Amino acid sequence: MGSDLERLKSDWLGRIGAAADLPALEAARVAALGKQGAVTGLLKTLGAMPPEQRQVEGPRIHGLREAVAEAIAARKAALEEAALEQRLATEGLDMTLPVAPAPEGSVHPVSQVMDELAEIFADLGFSVATGPEIEDDWHNFGALNFPENHPARAEHDTFYFDRAGADGHPMLLRTHTSPVQIRTMQAQKPPIYVIAPGRTYRSDSDATHTPMFHQVEGLVIDRGITLGHLKWTLETFLNAFFERDDIVLRLRPSYFPFTEPSAEVDVGFHMEKGRRVLGGSDHWMELLGSGMVHPRVLANCGLDPEEWQGFAFGVGIDRLAMLKYGMDDLRAFFDGDLRWLKHYGFRALDVPTLSGGVGA
Amino acid sequence: MKFTLSWLKEHLDTGATLDEIVATLTAIGLEVEGVENAADKLAPFVVAEVLTAAPHPQADKLQVLTVDAGTGEAIQVVCGAPNARAGLKGVFGAPGAYVPGSDLTLKVAAIRGVESRGMMCSVRELELGEEHEGIIELDADAPVGAGYAAWAGLDDPVIDVAVTPNRQDAMGVHGIARDLAAAGLGTLRPVEAPPIAGTYPCPIEIRTDDPEGCPAFYGRVIRGASNGPSPAWLQRRLKAIGQRPISALVDMTNFITMSYGRPLHVYDLARLHGAIVARRARDGEQVQALNGKTYTLDPSMTVIADGREVHDIGGIMGGEHSGVTEATTDIVIECAYFDPEHIALTGQKLALVSDARSRFERGVDPAFVEPGLELATAMAIELAGGEPSQVVRAGTPPLAQRHVDYDPARCEGLAGIAVPEDRQQDILQRLGFTVTRGEVWRVAVPTWRRDIDGSADLVEEIARIEGYDKVPSTPLPRAPGVARPTATPEQMLERSARRTAAARGLNEAVTWSFISDAEAAPFGGAAWRLANPMSEEMKAMRPSLLPGLLAAAARNAARGADSIRLFEIGRRYLDECERPTLGLVLAGPRGPRHWGGGHGAVDAYDAKAEALAILAAAGAPPGSLQVLGDASGSYHPGQSGRLCLGPKTVLAEFGTLHPRIARAFDLDGPVVAAEIFLDAIPAKREATGHMRAAYAPAALQPVKRDFAFLVPADLPADRLLRAVTGADKAAIVAANLFDVFTGESIGEGLKSLAVEVTVQPADRSFTDEELKAISDRVVAAAAKLGATLRS
Repeated sequence: MGSDLERLKSDWLGRIGAAADLPALEAARVAALGKQGAVTGLLKTLGAMPPEQRQVEGPRIHGLREAVAEAIAARKAALEEAALEQRLATEGLDMTLPVAPAPEGSVHPVSQVMDELAEIFADLGFSVATGPEIEDDWHNFGALNFPENHPARAEHDTFYFDRAGADGHPMLLRTHTSPVQIRTMQAQKPPIYVIAPGRTYRSDSDATHTPMFHQVEGLVIDRGITLGHLKWTLETFLNAFFERDDIVLRLRPSYFPFTEPSAEVDVGFHMEKGRRVLGGSDHWMELLGSGMVHPRVLANCGLDPEEWQGFAFGVGIDRLAMLKYGMDDLRAFFDGDLRWLKHYGFRALDVPTLSGGVGA
Repeated sequence: MKFTLSWLKEHLDTGATLDEIVATLTAIGLEVEGVENAADKLAPFVVAEVLTAAPHPQADKLQVLTVDAGTGEAIQVVCGAPNARAGLKGVFGAPGAYVPGSDLTLKVAAIRGVESRGMMCSVRELELGEEHEGIIELDADAPVGAGYAAWAGLDDPVIDVAVTPNRQDAMGVHGIARDLAAAGLGTLRPVEAPPIAGTYPCPIEIRTDDPEGCPAFYGRVIRGASNGPSPAWLQRRLKAIGQRPISALVDMTNFITMSYGRPLHVYDLARLHGAIVARRARDGEQVQALNGKTYTLDPSMTVIADGREVHDIGGIMGGEHSGVTEATTDIVIECAYFDPEHIALTGQKLALVSDARSRFERGVDPAFVEPGLELATAMAIELAGGEPSQVVRAGTPPLAQRHVDYDPARCEGLAGIAVPEDRQQDILQRLGFTVTRGEVWRVAVPTWRRDIDGSADLVEEIARIEGYDKVPSTPLPRAPGVARPTATPEQMLERSARRTAAARGLNEAVTWSFISDAEAAPFGGAAWRLANPMSEEMKAMRPSLLPGLLAAAARNAARGADSIRLFEIGRRYLDECERPTLGLVLAGPRGPRHWGGGHGAVDAYDAKAEALAILAAAGAPPGSLQVLGDASGSYHPGQSGRLCLGPKTVLAEFGTLHPRIARAFDLDGPVVAAEIFLDAIPAKREATGHMRAAYAPAALQPVKRDFAFLVPADLPADRLLRAVTGADKAAIVAANLFDVFTGESIGEGLKSLAVEVTVQPADRSFTDEELKAISDRVVAAAAKLGATLRS
């Protein structure tokens, strides 16, 4: 009997090992372990055996069943592995094929620089104010202490509309962001710490002047503010904006109707590889206009010049962008050329932060 | 304002160098725009004498000269000038000299076979004038070998200063000298204008009938003058600052204009008829000005006229007819005070710029009318001779003394510079102010500073002379702790929209706010149009962001770009206000051709996808957005829509661009667009802090059921989805349209919409009956729209 089982075992193991594929293995499983299977048949004989014999035969027959079942499982795993290997061998792809490119978006340098300005000035406690671009004469000139017919107005190359405002003067495109000073002082009580970036317009056109351009206005109204605070603010801002610590400013007396005293601000630069780089004082260039808010402007906005004073400045955003990022033709800013936008633009995630640096 | 160093030194006694003067001018607010010295470029040229002149053996028009340039040798020069002759003294350039007027550097050369070792120069070759008829002829006493420029008095640097519109006093050399003296660069030489007694009554009546425009008109006659060319020193001065010498009397007026900022006019008495009067112009009256142009005047303008006609646009430009000529013997000198506002207005109306206007509109010194006339008289007689009449003084200049109350502490309080009181007083007095000290100072303003009318102005005067470089850098007060956020909700919304668009592969452009009328017309036309545009292309304020973007897209397409994705955030300029808007344009294929396919042409759904994504980022509630038809006429009527919150609140428009507009912008392929009306997006509700709602994921798995409906072909799919979702608001959490099919197999006028409905059990699983009930409700809700289940 024992040698029969041994023979049976080696027969089945041989047959299982020889199963060439999963169907053949399944056929062998059914033949051995199925309901009518040979091993199953042997197991059924156990019930009819006397206990003594069953004690001897039981473990042996069960041993046979386990050996067969294990062999089937092992063979199945081997066959499946072989099948997988075979499938994988047929599934090769050319991984050098190019993937479909996702379109690359970009943020315009003017927008980026505006965000940089907002970030820097937020740290200094300034918020961002806005105002209309189609302005009336009073906000653009009158309230800013430009006397009617004064030559200072002629310097502004103003665009006028064929429609008059409430005061009978033609409406105009703001020539500077300074009207936002007026609107801010009328709308809120001091202390006032704001910047006002936006589009401005003058009838002028060459490589460094376009009829539309961008300015940022700064305005501080508080008690005890002096020209010294203006100087510090500009130095601090420019050092942060250009991420340097060697920016040198030179204040020069100048004239703007809405500031008194007024100062033109030059910034020192040096040359690196044929380009102007800010820092040091090898050379000077005019950068911005500024001054202490004229007492009459304060009064025009309903503020008491005896109590409040402050400073204002205006600087070209396009010019800041050009100096920081190296563009040389202002006209290209407004052409919408995709090649330029992709070259000088910024990635969506280049959000200026103080911790990461405001430049990108 | 240009002047020469020697001119300045006639008014300023100084030992300062040119560099010191230039640096100081800029430092005190008289910005130096340039310094040029004609002598620099003339340095290699010397006075030389022609020793011999012989015909050139090979050329009729050339001569062979020998020249003595003071080097001790006779230099051979070939010369083509007809006036070259032995004994002539001229200007010689040796080999190596750069000739500025010809833009060449001299070298030893053979000219038609004869060696030439330099050049005798013409006026034009040295950029000293236009004459080129022959070589320069110098006086016989010119020293051979001497540097030409120095000998000719050309070594006199020209300084060009940008004078700001407030500084009337700096429109003359004398005023600039006063500023420099105040800054410690020397001593101002006083003006000496002693009265010159007339020997007879003025033979012509002089009066002003326009006391508003011309409050003062002083004048006198000089008889028996002879008006030839002005002397060399005067011609040199005027040429140096870019003016053309005309005649002694005209040059005299220009010299006094430049020296003292005091414009004058001289008439030929013989050309005047009757009284000479300052009056308002008559409507339509014309005058031919000295620039040769004829101007038509109106009654807002002040003129000087006689009994017959207008002779002078008062304070701006004289008339051609009565100007002095070489034949003039009797003249009238006009020295008037014109009102600055009137002059500015007239100058703007006539678009006429002149040295006189730029001074009168800033305001001339009302106390300098009489001295100006005396200086003019003295100089006229000196240059042209003649006998002066008595002075006529019609009207009076506005001479009321103005005072400013000044607290010297204001200097540090406003400018941040601590300047001792004595020093402040000294600066003010050097500038011509009279200071009466007290608790508050009483400061009398000089007549040449009409711009000064408050204490802030005095602070600027003191600060600019003391030096802005003394302004200390003073930190602003800083709130303790970390900086607080400052951006407004509108700014945050705009930032989110911008960076989302860029993240989705759109390129931000900035295009002009003004476009052409033709570009604006299909978008409803412009509400705002410029009266003085740069060009017709930049005239109409854009009613939409699309025209600018479409024009940019067309330019890109013309450059060969094929997948164009542009956006812009800016304002639309509508009749009542400016509206912040995001516009986007997609044109051409979705991307470059790809082996995997999937990059067809852009369609209206691409525009919708971008609009929805940007709206979501900007805070619009995506679930509440509805697509309604009737986008504006700039879109394809059947492939466009509006994204709305209810019928009244339109947040965006999107769709395929109307083919007619695409053609107008020269865009051939498919073009889709969208505009998002940023100010229509409702503000996020007042935040209740950063805390989110408690996290409560559904405990049980959702169940999904598919439904295929046959619906009328014109039923908007969105209505079916809303009906399905609304069939059981408690259980149905989503309805996803996953198939749209039309075809013959379905039947005429119908389409098939397949929807996957997700139902979410709450605290226990649905029974089969419950699921069936929900399905029945879905089918019933769809049936109300004419939908039947597809079998």
